[in-house]
Amino acid sequence: MGFDSMSEKYISRSTAIAARMLGGELMVMSSTDSTFFTLNEVATAIWQAADGRTPLSEIVSRVVCEEFEVEPSVAHSDAEQFVAELSQHGILMVSDHPNTDPSVQEPA
Amino acid sequence: MITEHQVAIDIGGVPILLRTENAEFRELLAARYTGFVGRSCHPSFTLDVELVPPTPEMASDEDVQVGFSNGQWQLRRGDFQAQWDPLAKTGWVRQTPNPYSIDSVLRILHSLVLAKEGGFLLHAAGAIRNGSAFLFSGVSGAGKTTIASLAPSDVMLLTDEISYIRKTGEDYMACGTPFAGELARVGENCSARIKTVYLLAQGPQNKIQPVPVSEAARCLLRNILFFAEDRDLVELVFRSACEFVEKVPVRRLTFMPDEGVWDLIR
Repeated sequence: MGFDSMSEKYISRSTAIAARMLGGELMVMSSTDSTFFTLNEVATAIWQAADGRTPLSEIVSRVVCEEFEVEPSVAHSDAEQFVAELSQHGILMVSDHPNTDPSVQEPA
Repeated sequence: MITEHQVAIDIGGVPILLRTENAEFRELLAARYTGFVGRSCHPSFTLDVELVPPTPEMASDEDVQVGFSNGQWQLRRGDFQAQWDPLAKTGWVRQTPNPYSIDSVLRILHSLVLAKEGGFLLHAAGAIRNGSAFLFSGVSGAGKTTIASLAPSDVMLLTDEISYIRKTGEDYMACGTPFAGELARVGENCSARIKTVYLLAQGPQNKIQPVPVSEAARCLLRNILFFAEDRDLVELVFRSACEFVEKVPVRRLTFMPDEGVWDLIR
């Protein structure tokens, strides 16, 4: 699963979740099915940048590759996997177009 | 419905008045909740218990369902139906004449009451020693009953199964409960500030190890009794568990088991 510029993704945080930083880790729980996740540093950075407007590829390049010094191919692959898992539980919302709603969430 | 027989069950300082038309059932409740029978003049809320003959449907293994609609909590399992209006502070239970259904209803109602106040019910044995409460949490088979049964004489047992945790200001108090596990013994009706929560594990020696706060929250959330499929309450319980582990030390207690394990509990 790699980065495909032809199918850009835009991710946003669900409102049906509860999240809290604990001991340097971000704990996220779905309030619809009570699924519980602990996000590592990289996943937390993606989560916090998920504003629904910034393409996932840009988030990965700007946040993950630069801040964590990860190889782009690895970073994109991991990010795709992370987004797929969290979106399955309704914790992240994925769209193929940016959210133009003026009330769109700001980065966390 | 004639409800001339009543008994107030006071758990965690929340007295619930149970009213029934069946004198024998009232006596059964009073005996089962010995030590937790309180004064019935100022209950937190009142439940009318209607006893009905068993039907094939009531013997089913249907899982408990708890939901909130039209200002009422609706509780349902194979063996009972119940409704509770938190504003009117009244409700009813329809069940067969057995002590287990009402016991489940009480657990659910207390979990709902506690959730609004930053507390929760936890799968944990609990005990008071030297004025402080210690909780021993784990899933079934982790050793809750075992550690409770090994307690020396200076330890006051709060429960061997379900711990009642209330938030009082900045402190967390553990209250005794009549919700018994395999010991089949109700706890003492008293409370104390929680000093430590131990996550139970059985091993070749008795030892205590630190637990990262995020893992503590994960383990706690797994062991919190929570029934309602309600988004707001899920968030409340999540927040309560996170706040709890930030204030109360959580450790892993590995034990053999033998009585020596209590030498570590101070």
